[in-house]
Amino acid sequence: MAAKTLTIDGQMVGAAEDQTILEAARDAGIHIPTLCHLEGVQDVGACRLCLVEVTGINKLLPACVTKVTEGWEVRTSSERLQRYRRMVVELLFAERNHVCAVCVANGHCELQNLAVSVGMDHVRFDYQHPRLDVDLSHRLFGMDHNRCVLCTRCVRTCWYIEGAGTLNVAGRGEKSKIITDLNAPWGDSTTCTSCGKCVMACPTGALFYRGVTVAEMERDRGHLEYIVTAREKKQWIV
Amino acid sequence: MDRLRLATVWLGGCSGCHMSFLDLDEWLLELAARVDLVYSPIVDHKVYPDNVDLCLIEGAVANHDNLELVHRIRERTHVLVSFGDCAVTGNVTAMRNPLRKTEPVLKRAYVELADVLPRIPAEPGIVPTLLDRVAAVHEIVPVEYYLPGCPPPAERIRTLLSQLVEGREPRLNGGLIKPG
Amino acid sequence: MVLEELVQIKEQELASRKKFTLRCCLAAGCVSSNAQAVKDALDRAVKEAGLENEVEVRGVGCMRLCCEGPLVAVDPAEVLFEKVAPADCDALVATVKGVPSQLKQGDLTAPFFKHQLSIVLENCGLVDPDRIESYIAADGYLALRNVLREMTPQEVVQLVTRSGLRGRGGAGYPTGLKWATVAKTTSSRKFVICNADEGDPGAFMDRSVLESDPHRVIEGMIIAAYAVGADQGFIYVRAEYPLAIQRLQTAIRQAKQYGLLGSGVFESPFNFNIEIRIGAGAFVCGEETALMASIEGRRGQPRPRPPFPAESGLWGHPTLINNVETFANIPPIALKGGEWFAGIGTERSKGTKVFALAGKITNTGLIEVPMGTPLRTIVEEMGGGAPEGGQIKAVQTGGPSGGCIPASQLDTPVDYESLAKLGSIMGSGGMIVMDQTTNMVDVARFFMEFCMDESCGKCVPCRAGTVQMHHLLRKVMDRKATSRDLAKLEELCDMVKNTSLCGLGQTAPNPVLSTLRYFRNEYLELLQPAPKQPSAAAPATGIF
Repeated sequence: MAAKTLTIDGQMVGAAEDQTILEAARDAGIHIPTLCHLEGVQDVGACRLCLVEVTGINKLLPACVTKVTEGWEVRTSSERLQRYRRMVVELLFAERNHVCAVCVANGHCELQNLAVSVGMDHVRFDYQHPRLDVDLSHRLFGMDHNRCVLCTRCVRTCWYIEGAGTLNVAGRGEKSKIITDLNAPWGDSTTCTSCGKCVMACPTGALFYRGVTVAEMERDRGHLEYIVTAREKKQWIV
Repeated sequence: MDRLRLATVWLGGCSGCHMSFLDLDEWLLELAARVDLVYSPIVDHKVYPDNVDLCLIEGAVANHDNLELVHRIRERTHVLVSFGDCAVTGNVTAMRNPLRKTEPVLKRAYVELADVLPRIPAEPGIVPTLLDRVAAVHEIVPVEYYLPGCPPPAERIRTLLSQLVEGREPRLNGGLIKPG
Repeated sequence: MVLEELVQIKEQELASRKKFTLRCCLAAGCVSSNAQAVKDALDRAVKEAGLENEVEVRGVGCMRLCCEGPLVAVDPAEVLFEKVAPADCDALVATVKGVPSQLKQGDLTAPFFKHQLSIVLENCGLVDPDRIESYIAADGYLALRNVLREMTPQEVVQLVTRSGLRGRGGAGYPTGLKWATVAKTTSSRKFVICNADEGDPGAFMDRSVLESDPHRVIEGMIIAAYAVGADQGFIYVRAEYPLAIQRLQTAIRQAKQYGLLGSGVFESPFNFNIEIRIGAGAFVCGEETALMASIEGRRGQPRPRPPFPAESGLWGHPTLINNVETFANIPPIALKGGEWFAGIGTERSKGTKVFALAGKITNTGLIEVPMGTPLRTIVEEMGGGAPEGGQIKAVQTGGPSGGCIPASQLDTPVDYESLAKLGSIMGSGGMIVMDQTTNMVDVARFFMEFCMDESCGKCVPCRAGTVQMHHLLRKVMDRKATSRDLAKLEELCDMVKNTSLCGLGQTAPNPVLSTLRYFRNEYLELLQPAPKQPSAAAPATGIF
């Protein structure tokens, strides 16, 4: 496989030609923030946190789905990008009801960590406070739409790793909602295998094990990547 | 150096942020040497005074008294700090906002769950009426600095206050701005 | 089908023409004002007058001046009757025998008609969209025959490239370049898609073309398929256009019967089929990657590009997507040559553009003008200005992705570059005129509400950003916003424009940006003063 050489934040980086900017940066020890990206699950470029600048290209490019190109000069943390990233996180906090203090994921939440890393000390946009449900019909898991950021990591995990196809997105725009089967209660699902991979995939407190309370919802972030690596490369690497 | 005129107020919140403030323990003595506490739930001043240098606001803007007070505070204060998650985000206080109205909350609290005298309190002039929508402080008036946390740990409060008292541009980052 | 048969059909059709023709518009605009009853009444009146051998009543497509419908044109007298009611039909039929009538007549020498140059619409209002013979009589499918029998695919691509045609869906990407890209890919399967998911508020160009002259679009698609090497086509048309769907279905069936679709088109080795896919009402499905997802049976959501459809489209195969009007330009280009087409329009925008005139304007309807025609000619001369002595304040082009052009800029020629310079876009051709009573903040709010409702919800800036922008615009309208809110609105516009995944989000701020650019005062007049606070001077103490 051919190698490509590019610079990321002024640092010369070598990458395999099929690598994304995100992968190349990660290998070089450069951190680009992400939310909808999850190792082992196919990328969709939806959260826009990983947008980067490339010299000579007008548009910002999502690092998670953009393949490296020879000679590119990539910037991952310009003042403008930092400003946009903070706004993305602010928009997410304003969109639904993210009450960290009483959330099962408090202290173990990717959204909360993002707020810290982008320097969000407050949200400048008015909170929308939508009225949303919590689905507690499943014996093992709960789904709290108040905490959902619609990253679809759970949906992709359900379709492409578990292969069950239980989870999906219904509605559009701000009314988008993760559903189980054809919007039936999760507990009534005939397709859900209760594998729990979606819960592992969730970045926030939207999916959780029943019985956990505030700040108790910890999950093994590496587990899905472990499964996919084992399946595709026949390597059982913990 | 002049002594700093400091105020703290308690709007729609649980007073946990003030408890955390008291957790500053002996540093409070150091602070007392630098500031005059001109208005606070822990001192006996009835009226928010003029010309306040710094005010820590705990709690969200949840009723008409809060709303009036927060405007008065803004008029009379140079630097406002949203103190704790309720002031910064609305937090638990704002969890009734999805209902869009106050009536279901009041009914639940004072009628359905009442042990004695089930009735919604209505004492005009004494019990302030609730706002339909609870707001973070900066949604109502401009705020200079933010101190997230539920409650913000004492250490975090000290970091901000010492920067302010020493006349440095306050800078909270990293874990110090973590909500929750 | 071979050339001789095509010529024979044309001659038969022409020979069967009668002395007089009453053309009755049966496109959606006129149909909605009862044109079908008018057509039936005309048939009956002709019969009762015993003129069946002299008068043909032909259902046709759009005759442009929609606001005056139902429209009936009389040939060869060249008279256009307006607002025809079924009860008028006896008198109308009698006019062919020279009986004068009191019926309302349009002035075909008025600027509205005189300034039009019909290429895309040349058959609209003339041919019967339900009869392929009517299209063939207007030299339909002759271009296809010539292309298939006399040109190589490469020559067709070169022809389109020479014509300078640019995509009529809005973005104006060079059509020849797009075709060349798909043609160059090596793949066992390729697809051609016609994007008929016209969704801009106030836009009805594509609908009119499909309802009036469906065969022209099909012919354009077949030529494209031959040029790029595709054997399957899809027309993605929105469910809100039932009449267009019905006429397309009829047209496809007829084309198959005549061997113009299917195996061995024009008895050449070239095979091509077209299927219709009906959109379920999502605006975002007009975005090409969302449209393809929808055709594949998946949720209609855009995905990041690259890969572009030309490289990896439907089911991963190279796919050519063009809009209705783009395809409709192809047959005349193939018949008359790229140079002919390139001779019309401006330096960088060739040919004509169809616009749907709507809003506060006297003449509502469909127009086709050469690229470079000044906006003033369109809205003041052709459109007749604002009704009831109103003053035109602004013209909105490009729908929710476009902008508002102030009256002071009406001398701007309509071409891709000039409109972009004003902060608007050519768009697909919707043109909404506003008069002095229009509140421009409310216009921005209306379009933002549209984008908010139509955002697919996939990417954060578009899903949540449009909600916040709409909220802020509402706040301004309700006189509750301060200058801080306005600053936030502008910051959001910049962010959503630069970070959204697809065109919907990237262009959603345009109506706000353009109204802020030309009508900022209207925003400022609605702002509240900021809350009172001590003077900005630092306090006496050591506090920062």
